[in-house]
Amino acid sequence: MKIGVFVCHCGENISSTVDCLRVADLCKSYSGVEYSVDYKYMCSDPGQKLIKEAIHKYDLDAIVVGSCSPHMHERTFRNAAVSAGINPFMVEIANLREHCSWVHDEIEASTRKAIELMRMAIEKVKRDKPLTKINVPVTKRVLVIGGGIAGIQAALDTANAGYEVVLVEKEPSIGGHMSQLSETFPTLDCSQCILTPRMVEVHQHPRIKLMTYSEVERVEGFIGNFKVTIRKKARHINEENCSGCGLCITKCPIKKKAYNSFEEDLAFRPAVYVPFPQAIPNIPVIDETVCTYYKTGKCGMCLKVCDREAIDFGQKDTIHVADVGAIIVATGYKLYNIEKKSEDSIYKGYGEYGYGKYRDILDGLQFERIASASGPTSGEIKRPSDGRVPKKLAFIQCVGSRDDSKGISYCSKICCMYTAKQAMLYRHKVHDGEAYIFYMDIRAGGKMYEEFVRRAIEEDKVKYIRGRVSRIYEENGKYIVKGEDTIAGMPVEIDADMVVLATAMIPQDDAGSLARKIGIPYDKYGFFNEAHPKLRPVESTTAGIFLAGACQSPKDIPESVSMASAAASKAIILFANDTLEREPVVAKVNEDICAGCFYCMKVCPFGAVEVKDVKDMNGIVYKEVAYINQGVCQGCGTCTATCLSKSIELAGFNNEEIFAEIAAL
Amino acid sequence: MDKQNWEPKIVAFVCNWCTYTGADLAGTSRLKYPANCKLIRVMCSGSIDPVFILKAFERGADGVLVSGCHPNDCHYNAGNFHARRRWDFFHKLLDFIGIEKGRLQFSWISASEGKKFADVITKVTEDIKAMGQFTSYKKMNSEFTVDFPADLAELEEPVLQESFDKETVK
Repeated sequence: MKIGVFVCHCGENISSTVDCLRVADLCKSYSGVEYSVDYKYMCSDPGQKLIKEAIHKYDLDAIVVGSCSPHMHERTFRNAAVSAGINPFMVEIANLREHCSWVHDEIEASTRKAIELMRMAIEKVKRDKPLTKINVPVTKRVLVIGGGIAGIQAALDTANAGYEVVLVEKEPSIGGHMSQLSETFPTLDCSQCILTPRMVEVHQHPRIKLMTYSEVERVEGFIGNFKVTIRKKARHINEENCSGCGLCITKCPIKKKAYNSFEEDLAFRPAVYVPFPQAIPNIPVIDETVCTYYKTGKCGMCLKVCDREAIDFGQKDTIHVADVGAIIVATGYKLYNIEKKSEDSIYKGYGEYGYGKYRDILDGLQFERIASASGPTSGEIKRPSDGRVPKKLAFIQCVGSRDDSKGISYCSKICCMYTAKQAMLYRHKVHDGEAYIFYMDIRAGGKMYEEFVRRAIEEDKVKYIRGRVSRIYEENGKYIVKGEDTIAGMPVEIDADMVVLATAMIPQDDAGSLARKIGIPYDKYGFFNEAHPKLRPVESTTAGIFLAGACQSPKDIPESVSMASAAASKAIILFANDTLEREPVVAKVNEDICAGCFYCMKVCPFGAVEVKDVKDMNGIVYKEVAYINQGVCQGCGTCTATCLSKSIELAGFNNEEIFAEIAAL
Repeated sequence: MDKQNWEPKIVAFVCNWCTYTGADLAGTSRLKYPANCKLIRVMCSGSIDPVFILKAFERGADGVLVSGCHPNDCHYNAGNFHARRRWDFFHKLLDFIGIEKGRLQFSWISASEGKKFADVITKVTEDIKAMGQFTSYKKMNSEFTVDFPADLAELEEPVLQESFDKETVK
C-alpha cells in the first residue's frame, strides 16, 4: 500500500509549536509512506491541489493529513481524495491543531506528540478498507410535537411545501402560550387576532393531521424512518359527532371545582370545557377528576342535553402509530413557579415575594389574562382579590432569571419587553395609575424594541427603578414593595395595589422525559441542545430531529416563528431526495463465528439487530446468527464490545484498526 | 530510563461526540495541558472493548483514560450506560490481574467542557506520574520475543526513538 502524508501548518496555528517540516520528514521513513510533504494551508485550493496531484503522481492508495480536527475538515480532505480517485474512507486525519499545537507550549514535546499522532493515523490507514455510502429510503412526512406558534408555523410551512404533517399537541387545543397573551410587543397587535387565523389554517389544511390532547409515547427508528407511537387521551367526547355547540359546557352543573388553566387559575371552568372560545378543534374535553359522573355515576347532564350523542363516558385512550421521516420538536416553555419550593429542587422559589400567598401578586401570564379583552375581567385591570382598579402597580423584572441563588443563571430574554408592554397597557387603561418597574438591566435588543421601551418611559411615564426587591408584604390592603434604587443609592418602598412578577421562562415539566423518549440531549434546565450553537441552531444532535421555539432557549414570538420556518426548511431539504445517503460506519456480523447468543440484540440502542437463519445447501436451517440492519444501525459499536465471540466489527473502527493505533503509540 | 526525566505514556479512549469534541474545544480555547496523553477516537464509549485497555498496557502505556458523554447525553441514547456498567465491573478485576486500579481512570466530559478536559488530562498525568512507570509487561516484553504479525512487527522497530537520536546527532 502506498500512503501519502500531508502535514498542514495552518498558517502559524500548527507550525508555531510543531516543527511541521520535521514531522513530514520523519513520516517519510515509515514503511508504506510513499510521499510526505508539509504545506502552509492544506485546506486551501492549492493545498488540495497538492494532495490530488500527489495521489496521481505517486499512485497513492491512502492518505493521512495532519491538520485541524476531523470535525473541521475531514469532509474537505475526503472530497479531495474522492476527486483524485481514492475511496473517502482511505483518508485519516491526525489532529495536530486542537489536540496538539494549541494546547502545548513546548516545541519539542508537541513535535514529538505530533509525530506519534501521525504514526497512529498512518498505522490506522494501513488497515482501513474502502467503504461505500449506504442509501436508505425517506418517509416524506413530518411529526411536529407541540402546537404553539412554533409548531403551527413549522406544520404550515412543511405542509405548504407539499408534505404531510402530523401535529401532536398535549392540550385540548392548539395555540400555546401565544393564545393567552393580550397584546404583543412592540406593535401592540392583539395576539389572538394574529394567531387564530393560523390556527384555523392548520385545522383546515388537507395535509395536516391534527392530534390534540395527545402525547408522544415512543419514538423508534432513525432519520428518514422514524416510527412514532402517539397516545390520544380520552376526551370522552366523540369527535365526529360533536358540532362544538357548547351546550354541554353551559349546562354542566360543576361550576367552581376546577381552575381554568388557560386563565392561569384566575377563573373556574366546568367539568366539560374547551380551553378558550376560539379553540381549535372546538371540541370539549370532560375532566374525569371533577366530573360528578365519574365520582358517583350520577348527573350525566351533558349526556341529556347533547342531541348529537357526542358524549361518550366510556371512551378510552387510543394508541396511534405514524411513520415519519423527520421530527420537529416545538414544546415551548412554562413559567417558573415562584412559590416556595423544597430546598432540593434547583428552583428555590421566591417565598419573600408572597406569590401564592397574596392574590394580587401575579406572574406575567396572569397579568396577560387580566389585560386580555377575552380574559376573566374582560380586559379591565382589576385586582383578583377585591375587583378594585389598582392605582399603583409595581412590576419586578428578573424574578428567577439571572439569579444563581434561585437556580437559574440565564436571562429569559422576553421579560424586559413584556414588562414594558404590560406597564404601557396598564397606563393606557388606567390613566391616573402609576406604574413602577424594578429592573436589573434593560435588554431591548431587537427591531423597534429599544424605541418601545423609550416610549413606555417617555410617553407613558412608566417609572423605572434600577434595583432588586428584597421583600413584599401586605399592610392595610396595600402591598409594600421594599427595594433599592441603586442609581440613587437609597432604599425605596412602594405601597402598590398590585404586583406583577416577570418570572423566568423554563422548559416544560416533561421536557426531559420527552427528550429521552426521542433521543435528543438537553441541558441542566431541560432546554434541548442544538447541534451547534452558531452554525446548526435548529438541528438537534440526532439526525432528522429539529428544534423550534422556546424549547431550545427562551425566545420571543418572531424568533420562534423564524426558527420554526428554519426547522421546516431543514425537513424539506431532507425530503428533497427519495433516498438518504448515510455514512457507512455501521456494524457487521461475521456469520461464520457468530454463536447466536444475541447479547448484541439486548444492548443495541436502536433495535438494529435481527435474527437471521443460516441454511445449508439443502435449504435446512442449521443455525441462527445475528444480522445487523444497515439502515437502522447508527454505528455506535456497543455491540462490538459486547460480542463474546468478537464476531461483530464496526466499519472504520474495527479492532484491528484500534489495535494498530495502540501499537503505534 | 532516567527516573527524573521519565514522562508517562497515557492512552485515552474517547467518544467522537462528547469528549473528542470537548478536547477540540480545549484546543480552540487554547487551554494548556501536558502532552503525555494521546487520544484514540471511537464512535461511542460503549464500543470500547476491555481488550483495548489491556492491549494499551501491554504495549507500554503507563495509564489509560476512558471518557465519554455524560449519562443521558449519549449520542446513541444508551451506549455510555453499557460502558459504565462494563467499566465498573472491569475496574474491579484490574487489581486481580496485577494492574493498579488508579492506572485506569474514567470520566464524563461533554462537548462543552473544554476546561474539564484540560483539567482531567492534567490530573490523570499527575496521578500516573506519581504512580511511576508501569513495568510489568515491559519487562516481560524484553525477556520474550513475541511473534507479531508481519505488519505489526515492523512497529516494533524503535523507529521513532532512533530518528530522534539521529536528529540530535545532526
